[in-house]
Amino acid sequence: MATLSAQEWGWQFAARPAPALNNVSFEIALGERVLLLGASGVGKSTLLRALAGVLGEDEGTARGELLLDGRSPEASRGKVGLVLQDPENQVILERVGDDVAFGCENLGVHREEIWHRVNEALALVGLNVPLTHSTSALSGGQKQRLALAGVLAMKPEIIALDEPTANLDPAGAQALKQALTSVADSTGATIVMVEHRVDIWWDFATRIIVLGADGVLWDGAPGTLPEETAHVLESAGVWLPHRTVAAGPQHSGSTVLLSTQSLRAGYPGSSELSPEVNLTIRAGEVLAITGLNGVGKTALALTLGGLIPAKRGQVSASTELQESAKSSGPLHWRSRELLTRIGSVFQAPEQQFIAATVREELAAGPRALGLSKEEIDAQVDELLERLHLQELADAHPFTLSGGQQRRLSVGTALATKPRLLILDEPTFGQDAVTWTEMVSLLSELRAEGHGIVAITHDEAFVKAIADNVLVLGGEK
Amino acid sequence: MKTISPLAKLCAAGILGIVLLLSMDPVSAVVALVFELALLPWAGVPARRLLRLLTPLLIAAPFAGLATLLYGRGGGVVLAELGPWVITSDEAGLALAITLRVLAVALPAVVLFATTDPTDLADGLAQIWKLPARFVLGSLAAIRMLGLMRQDWQMLRLARRARGVGNSGGPLAALRRWGNQAMALLTIAVRRGSLLATAMEARAFDAPVTRTWAREATFTTRDGLFIVGAALIAAIAVMMAVMTGAWNFVIS
Repeated sequence: MATLSAQEWGWQFAARPAPALNNVSFEIALGERVLLLGASGVGKSTLLRALAGVLGEDEGTARGELLLDGRSPEASRGKVGLVLQDPENQVILERVGDDVAFGCENLGVHREEIWHRVNEALALVGLNVPLTHSTSALSGGQKQRLALAGVLAMKPEIIALDEPTANLDPAGAQALKQALTSVADSTGATIVMVEHRVDIWWDFATRIIVLGADGVLWDGAPGTLPEETAHVLESAGVWLPHRTVAAGPQHSGSTVLLSTQSLRAGYPGSSELSPEVNLTIRAGEVLAITGLNGVGKTALALTLGGLIPAKRGQVSASTELQESAKSSGPLHWRSRELLTRIGSVFQAPEQQFIAATVREELAAGPRALGLSKEEIDAQVDELLERLHLQELADAHPFTLSGGQQRRLSVGTALATKPRLLILDEPTFGQDAVTWTEMVSLLSELRAEGHGIVAITHDEAFVKAIADNVLVLGGEK
Repeated sequence: MKTISPLAKLCAAGILGIVLLLSMDPVSAVVALVFELALLPWAGVPARRLLRLLTPLLIAAPFAGLATLLYGRGGGVVLAELGPWVITSDEAGLALAITLRVLAVALPAVVLFATTDPTDLADGLAQIWKLPARFVLGSLAAIRMLGLMRQDWQMLRLARRARGVGNSGGPLAALRRWGNQAMALLTIAVRRGSLLATAMEARAFDAPVTRTWAREATFTTRDGLFIVGAALIAAIAVMMAVMTGAWNFVIS
């Protein structure tokens, strides 16, 4: 049956100097549950796409051999179902039932059989909504389960998943794990998964494959990973479970920077409101805001950042933060006035990029402030080093990996040294090494007297750095 | 009207639209409009929603008329002189005709849009008219992405504000920023598009087997009658116009 076999396989994207993957060899038999690990940017997603046969020939060149039952994956469409990272970009149709049916239609399944499979798949993933329910009305977690259902309905022999829980809150992640477990148990499908949140999946996996810059670093059952190897892998950036994150020392800040009064946030034009928020953000303090998907965390971040108007209540900056600005409401500040006061880092980094190279991206803020060329260069060089992006200084921001883009977007906000930093999911897509870097970078900023607000699902991050935690819409 | 085949609705709106654009007289437009308004209660669109969809049109149609009124070719009796503008009876007639015509052509199209699910239309186009599935489904996915693009545009604007390049300089700088932002939107749209294409491919889209359809698109006698009804309205409108002598064929 379905055996996946890679023999010294490699892939080089067109217009990239170095191969994304090199010398990868493994054999995966039917029914195995493989967790594919590796540092940020090591090519895990690329490998998954190759397995699913959706890595276009025009995108680059392959080396070695990658075979599915002795044939190329492109020639066996439908055998491998791929669930991608971002739930938003894999919803295809407007109604839930139609979306799940899409794959079956493409495979030429008969109409009666399609609807039978659709109902079965939706039940397996635990998505209990009517078939005519609008897909755009689903939450992030529900969309991810919808994508899984769409793949299941195709009855693939192999299910490939690219960080399926990356965008989900802890409850949503657990629900997806349960769904996938019951799927794997009842269908016997092979699972190949890339995932940074290894704690959730460690007991699910029957095999771990760790990818490195030159082929497979380690391959074996989860329980058999030797202690020394684990240390080596961790220092290379690979996430391993039960890594004890030391709780950071609690800091209590000094000056108040920003406060909210009976604030309820929401997107312009939307009638959905976040729960009421009364908070005070001080200099030298990290406030973590957590909560379920869809509760309004991102809208809150945008409101605090002076980017969208408050739906109810208000946001007021202290005179300390306000300085020479005319209003105490950040919403009324000029764009340039925001730069040194409040820096916002969005959830989707690519929305924030405005330049053609990484270097230019970091220089944009300081330039808007009117700094001299020497000052800008010095600042940019320091940031490049701090964020491990030196080698990518001349790359286009859009060509970076997800983790690298995230670091760059944090860097663009840091470049103008704002008093208050608002970060939406700052540790998203980071490997163990860059995660630690991010935490220490934020700690340094805190020590320098910056105030930091972080919207996050990352429990380890909260434990490591947060001085205060606000659970939006929850008791906890 | 929700149960009528989208293809029938498309044909009906098409027939009315094409026939009404053949002449520039007020009579045929009024006749068609009267029929359309009389049938509107059976369209199944809540009045409130219909009003919202029609608002841009109700504003635009009189303006189309106004332009004719002020800048028309003249002819007929002079009705009024407002500074540089001379308004004649011919112009006034034409202006009224144009206003009514815009409404008469657009109303069926708006109702078609309001009562048709794009997915159902795509099903009809692919299964009954046998348009290529690749094209139909690609367009369908693209329609869904338009909504995302609107969100992206908003986020891009906010992001530029946060990056310190949101507002500075004069109108020229603003124009350049707008262009820059439009470029970024395009980049993101292309990226989203390629991600969506990957997601579709990952679900075996365009696989080398004959595609089946989960929903059956049907075309019944009732749908046929619906088209005949629309053709009838168009015919009556033309006949009335010819009989009253108002008909003036645009291509002459």
